[in-house]
Amino acid sequence: MSPPVAAARAANKTQPISSPGLSPHLQRLEDEAIHILREVVAEFRRPVMLYSVGKDSSVMLHLARKAFFPARPPFPFLHIASGWDFRALIEHRDRMAAQYGLELLVHANEQAARAGVNPFETETGEYSRLTLTEALKEALDVHGFDAAFGGGRRDEEKARAKERIFSHRSAGHVWDPRNQRPELWRLFNTRLATGDTMRVFPLSNWTELDVWTYIQAESIPIVPLYLAAERWVVERGGNLIAVDDERMRFLEGETTEKRQVRFRTLGCWPLTGAIASAATDVDGVIAELLDARSSERQGRLVDGALQASMERKKREGYF
Amino acid sequence: MPDTLVPPANDALPLALRSELRFLTCGSVDDGKSTLIGRLISDAAGLHDDQIVSLRDDSRRFGTTEDEFDFALLLDGLEAEREQGITIDVAYRFFSTARRAFVVADTPGHQQYTRNMATGASNAELAILLVDARKGLVEQTRRHAAIVSLLGIRHVVLAVNKIDLVEFSETRFREIEAAFAAFAAPLALHSVVAIPLSARLGDNVAELSERTPWYAGPALLAHLEAVETDLDAAEAPLRFPVQWVNRPDGEFRGFSGTVASGRVAVGDPIVVSGSGRTSTVARIVSFDGDLPSAAAGRSVTLTLADEVDVIRGDVLADPRHRPVVARRFAADLVWMDEAAATPGKRFLLKIGTATVPAALGRIVDTLDVESLTRAPAASLVLNAIGRVEIEAAQTVAFDAYAENRQTGAFILIDRSTLRTAAAGMVVESVDAARNVHRHAETITPALRAEAMAQSPLVVWLTGLPGSGKSTIANIVESKLAALGRRTMLLDGDNLRQGLNADLGFDATGRSENVRRVGEVAKLMADAGLIAIVALVSPFRADRARAAALLSKGRFLEIFVDTPIEICRHRDPKGLYEKAERGKVLNLTGRDQPYEPPEEAELVLRTVELTAEQAADRVVELVIASSSSQ
Repeated sequence: MSPPVAAARAANKTQPISSPGLSPHLQRLEDEAIHILREVVAEFRRPVMLYSVGKDSSVMLHLARKAFFPARPPFPFLHIASGWDFRALIEHRDRMAAQYGLELLVHANEQAARAGVNPFETETGEYSRLTLTEALKEALDVHGFDAAFGGGRRDEEKARAKERIFSHRSAGHVWDPRNQRPELWRLFNTRLATGDTMRVFPLSNWTELDVWTYIQAESIPIVPLYLAAERWVVERGGNLIAVDDERMRFLEGETTEKRQVRFRTLGCWPLTGAIASAATDVDGVIAELLDARSSERQGRLVDGALQASMERKKREGYF
Repeated sequence: MPDTLVPPANDALPLALRSELRFLTCGSVDDGKSTLIGRLISDAAGLHDDQIVSLRDDSRRFGTTEDEFDFALLLDGLEAEREQGITIDVAYRFFSTARRAFVVADTPGHQQYTRNMATGASNAELAILLVDARKGLVEQTRRHAAIVSLLGIRHVVLAVNKIDLVEFSETRFREIEAAFAAFAAPLALHSVVAIPLSARLGDNVAELSERTPWYAGPALLAHLEAVETDLDAAEAPLRFPVQWVNRPDGEFRGFSGTVASGRVAVGDPIVVSGSGRTSTVARIVSFDGDLPSAAAGRSVTLTLADEVDVIRGDVLADPRHRPVVARRFAADLVWMDEAAATPGKRFLLKIGTATVPAALGRIVDTLDVESLTRAPAASLVLNAIGRVEIEAAQTVAFDAYAENRQTGAFILIDRSTLRTAAAGMVVESVDAARNVHRHAETITPALRAEAMAQSPLVVWLTGLPGSGKSTIANIVESKLAALGRRTMLLDGDNLRQGLNADLGFDATGRSENVRRVGEVAKLMADAGLIAIVALVSPFRADRARAAALLSKGRFLEIFVDTPIEICRHRDPKGLYEKAERGKVLNLTGRDQPYEPPEEAELVLRTVELTAEQAADRVVELVIASSSSQ
């Protein structure tokens, strides 16, 4: 077992300091998410859970195991693989699938890969559209899923603040912000016309802090990359890029160095900035978060300088 | 700064005890609503660096204030809206202190967006109503307070903003506070706290301001941290709408759902709303082990001691305090669709976890939210609020919304566009026999019809008084009898001498009259007869309700179309003459409206037809309808 995994395991054993059980706030968020998960299973023909293996996905997987207990989650888990995922993430994914007996589906945009699309040469927005958005739409169509759970939270970014919990997509996965249904009480309108689909976000009302405190309280296994460890990185444009495998392309004058870093989000490794951190366990991450002066998506180069880029991506069919 | 605002750093203890409050903010852009939310978020938590950088960029591009940071720009989400400079949808914001996590539903103030306010209010426990200290209460404030109250929010903060712009005047503040208290008296609010503040400068937001020494507190944030709001759901009787039947194998059979109200404990008796069967709770199953009990809000899985049929849509309830089980109920609607609501329109009704077909019955009235008065109405347009009757295709379980916000709420889904057309709140059942369950019959209507060797029908003649309904109906019955058909004539005037002798002629009396005749006609048809009804039945919704009692094609609506001048001239019963002399009130066509059928099976223009000819047309239709079965 490599040291980061051991650290993650150790961290996952951490129990909350106070009385057992969740705070009233986390309990409410958990109950709400479970209600949403069950509502989808009861009302849709063929749901799927998008499983990106990140921390939000880890929480979603945990909630799915809780919601249908003693039954197993009655839907498959879909991972959109870009081909540039961190190795540790793929390992974690396969371990979870085996451990919990999940029906795991992996889908990639093979056409784009064959065409030589890669995170170094392809323009970033185009790269993400092809490897994530297009792959996702393709996978949903191929399997005929009518509802897909995503881990999106309203606190992540301005464009998400008005997103519905049940986000309606017309044929072709088109998201029209002007034509979303009002959501009242716990009464979700789940009706779909032919060709329409639904994206469902059970963590809508969670914040990044909620996700971490829940991971802590429930001892949820996470990819070790979220915890600080010595890693080989390159400093590029103010970001620390991890060198995850031999495909890294260096610019002139760039050198690798070993730094104690962790990741706040896990995208394709050449496009995901690490942050310097001493948080080697979940408690440490929460402590840093409470002290944080920087909101979460900042480490993602994809969002970059473009105002409202998330809204554009959503219109294209991204989560 | 009070120390509650300092993040608890490495100490996880406060986080473990943290509660949650969901609240709504209402007011217009001009009142400084977005500025207030921005101020709350930044004061409570400290803005993130990259958000401040982005805000500074935005303020230069779109800012409407002269401040360095325009807090409002922190909130507006979508590009198009930002360019228009107004917020047009519900946005959710999050911030927290050591004591509480807050979820803010930020709704726009513009009048036409009642829909969004109702949406935000439906899940909120408290509302902040913003007023501009310079302007005081405006129409919009009253409107917002009325909607907030209608949606069942019982805790209100009246935020008197821009107090700096009235020189921190106590007199001005007290004036506004008193005006609101007078207006809000009938709104059944449990707490109203008025706070003088400046969102822009921060006075009385996070801490008490020295510039309002006459105000004893609390500051807004302190009040939000302390207010207790969630008692109602916990104290109400048990309601557990079943969401999903959990059957992983042949052994286990659990009912998954969220406790809507009350508390459930192992050993508690329960009743299944649909069937009326009772049992006791055997286990409360959760991933973390069985629980002894579960309170309102908890999502759990119950198993029962007996094998009783339970499906999604059923409500498991306290047998001593059962929910209403009925098909027809009165409700307040917030109409949310571009297409107006009209009587007879069909929808899907989602209430609890049940979804059933339903029709809109009568529209009773609309609420004028500025004056809080109700006025009669024929339809509900986008953003209107009105009282209606809903008729579901099968019984559903519910409580009055005033008693239970979870089981008294519903939505109507348009069957063709699939849009959410309305938010509804149950007022009361209008089925007197709401807890009576049907008894299965051995001899069915089909068997009776077979014995009669005919297809039963209801032939419904509607039209103005004096239009010729009774005359035509009489001839129709004679002709059908001559053809060997078994018939029954139900004449409105005759029935009013017996069955309906207790009813008046106002709109309510007329509706009830029509309802009873409709039910009797249905019984006649169930007995195998061809029932011929001659009844003014002026309202479309009432006729639609009578039609809905029979299967398709069994109810023939026939419009006896006679111009009012001719009716008045004929005046066979002297009614018009009496009305002229003031001896008859509420005469249809004269004092009350008559709503002609929009899609009658047959229209009889009596100026062109003799009564004999008109009757022949009806008989032809009856013969055609009974042979098509």
